[in-house]
Amino acid sequence: MQGEQRRSWLGGLSAAVPIMVGYLPIAVTFGVIAQQTGIPALQTTLMSMLVFAGASQFMAANMLAAGAGGMEVVLATLVLNFRHFVMSLSLMNRLHTLPARWKLGLASGITDETFAVASLRIRNGKRTSRFFVAGLMLGAWLAWVIGTMLGHSLSRVIPPAISESMSIALYAMFIGLLVPAVREEWRAGGTALASMFLCWGWNQVLDSGWAIVLATVFGGIVGAFWMKEEEE
Amino acid sequence: MTLLWILLGMSAVTMVPRWLPVWLVGRWKMPRWIRRWLNSIPFAALGALIFPGILSVEPDTPSVGLIGGLVAAILAFFRLHVLFVIAGAILTVVGMKGW
Repeated sequence: MQGEQRRSWLGGLSAAVPIMVGYLPIAVTFGVIAQQTGIPALQTTLMSMLVFAGASQFMAANMLAAGAGGMEVVLATLVLNFRHFVMSLSLMNRLHTLPARWKLGLASGITDETFAVASLRIRNGKRTSRFFVAGLMLGAWLAWVIGTMLGHSLSRVIPPAISESMSIALYAMFIGLLVPAVREEWRAGGTALASMFLCWGWNQVLDSGWAIVLATVFGGIVGAFWMKEEEE
Repeated sequence: MTLLWILLGMSAVTMVPRWLPVWLVGRWKMPRWIRRWLNSIPFAALGALIFPGILSVEPDTPSVGLIGGLVAAILAFFRLHVLFVIAGAILTVVGMKGW
């Protein structure tokens, strides 16, 4: 039993490696930008620890640099991160048998990437214990926090050209998750395509955070009509 | 508002939406159509996260992100490990930027 728990933790941590590879350069970049914006090391690190949502942290640094007020930053963060509500609803539905404190802990670790990896794995019917999900999220969180601290302290040494080429990494990971799922079930691809189209459309008129929220919600509705239902 | 309060506010508005479903899910027996909807959310989320965001990898030349994504899709189609998919896409982008 003990051994099995440890295997689950380690399994989760190793599933986190691709996420960590994607996060590290982005976190370093965030640390660099925060340092250049004049946010002290402690606050920068705390932000990564307590918010743990990349895009909104970049946006906050940008807005603060441009002299935006605190209320605006907080509101914009709410809009940009509200998509995690929908993801959490989906993941907590899968994990509904866990005790509440576990669910609260795991819900805190939901990001686009940890959600995608955890929920596709559960969907594919692989045995996924709470320890696996915890290891996955902890690995991603550590990479994010450590990368932020590195970036803040090394900010003057890193050439920006290097961190910029890395921004493709997270997209490549999403694609690496989606394509094999589509090979298994072509309807999944139809759902993703519908949602891409919707997101592109909303992006013309809305902020990208809202576009992603709406496209996820409505793309999911499109998918609900044609996806097969799995047994509980 | 001091910086510390701003980041605590950011944390609150990010964490509360992550937590709310913990309370919601046990409370109410979900109708079938909502379960079907939640099941298709991962794919809808992936789609929305990939496109059009990928165009902004190199904001002045959207084709850089598109081609990087295409390389990733081809590698993923042949069932390469996701680390190779990422490496292939990064190398493609580095190569195109070096031109």
